Amino acid sequence: MSLFSFFRRKEPTSASIAKERLQIIVAHGGRRPSSPEFLPQLQKDILEVVRKYIPVGEDQINLSLDRKDDCEVLELNIAIPDQTVKPPPRTRF
Amino acid sequence: MSKENKSPNEGQNLATVVVVTSGKGGVGKTTTSAAFAAGLAQRGYKTVVVDFDVGLRNLDLIMGCERRVVYDLLNVIHGEGSLNQALIKDKRQDNLFILPASQTRDKEALTFEGVRDVIADLQERFDFIVCDSPAGIEKGAMAAMYFADEALVVTNPEISSVRDSDRIIGMLASKTRRAEEELDPVEVHLVITRYDPSRVHRGDMLSAEDIQEVLAIPFLGVVPESKSVLIASNAGIPTTLCEENDAGNAYFDIVDRFLGHKLPHRFLVAPKKGILSRFFGKE
Repeated sequence: MSLFSFFRRKEPTSASIAKERLQIIVAHGGRRPSSPEFLPQLQKDILEVVRKYIPVGEDQINLSLDRKDDCEVLELNIAIPDQTVKPPPRTRF
Repeated sequence: MSKENKSPNEGQNLATVVVVTSGKGGVGKTTTSAAFAAGLAQRGYKTVVVDFDVGLRNLDLIMGCERRVVYDLLNVIHGEGSLNQALIKDKRQDNLFILPASQTRDKEALTFEGVRDVIADLQERFDFIVCDSPAGIEKGAMAAMYFADEALVVTNPEISSVRDSDRIIGMLASKTRRAEEELDPVEVHLVITRYDPSRVHRGDMLSAEDIQEVLAIPFLGVVPESKSVLIASNAGIPTTLCEENDAGNAYFDIVDRFLGHKLPHRFLVAPKKGILSRFFGKE
């Protein structure tokens, strides 16, 4: 190690890069199930409730469980169909 | 079933089934199976080590009994030979037996019912049944882990090996008899092989601590990268039956920790080189 590199800020070692890469893939795939088993049923139930009020299709609801830092985030997306008229057709000049 | 029992089958006097597995090939499953089984036998437990690598058997070579194989696991499963005919008694250690795999058959011949019956039979005669799993996640590997009470997950300090171990840990938690019958889960233990503390120190190799953090399972110990492993396999002697050597010592520590003894970890830091050996490059 030269005197110069001694004073320079240490670059991450290859081992620490390996660990970081592993922590990402192992936490997101592999053994820990990415979504709990009840998720599809929950999605169905929510859809049923929403449908009482708004007509939505089965593919317009999306439920997912994400991990952000230390907490899990349950994300629910429902695309509510636009009931107004379609946009006017494109006009060409 | 009580969790305090070291052996989940204690009380019934049935052998504990331990699978040695990894997912990835070439990490030291067979070396570990042989050394671990021989170590248990040296400690006084009647132990059998079973090769599940149908078609690519190698445990017989590592154990030095390749010329004594007549009947194998598949012969027993298909009723072509008895268990007594297939079991090979180690010539060096009275408590140690090996049940070889078939070299010629297809791995599809390994039926779950057949394996179940053989294991049940072995459980009556032994204290420990060590199952040497093949690499991969196909039938042989699944059969080797299915009846396990405990597992040694053999991992190299290398990124692909760690990921495969993670996958295997997931399967031990879901694709085993214990998982399916909702018994206490398979007790998993981490064994890190081919460890080079000097490379870890330089930051070129994942540390044992890093791997434990990623895999989050109890840690049994490291086996250092060692010349004695090849020397032992050349001679067909498990490292724990060789003259004293570093790998053998590491495996004895692992055996003793597995048996419930608290031992300080060794081989985690590189031995300091003396001035003379620095000059002459002696290891």
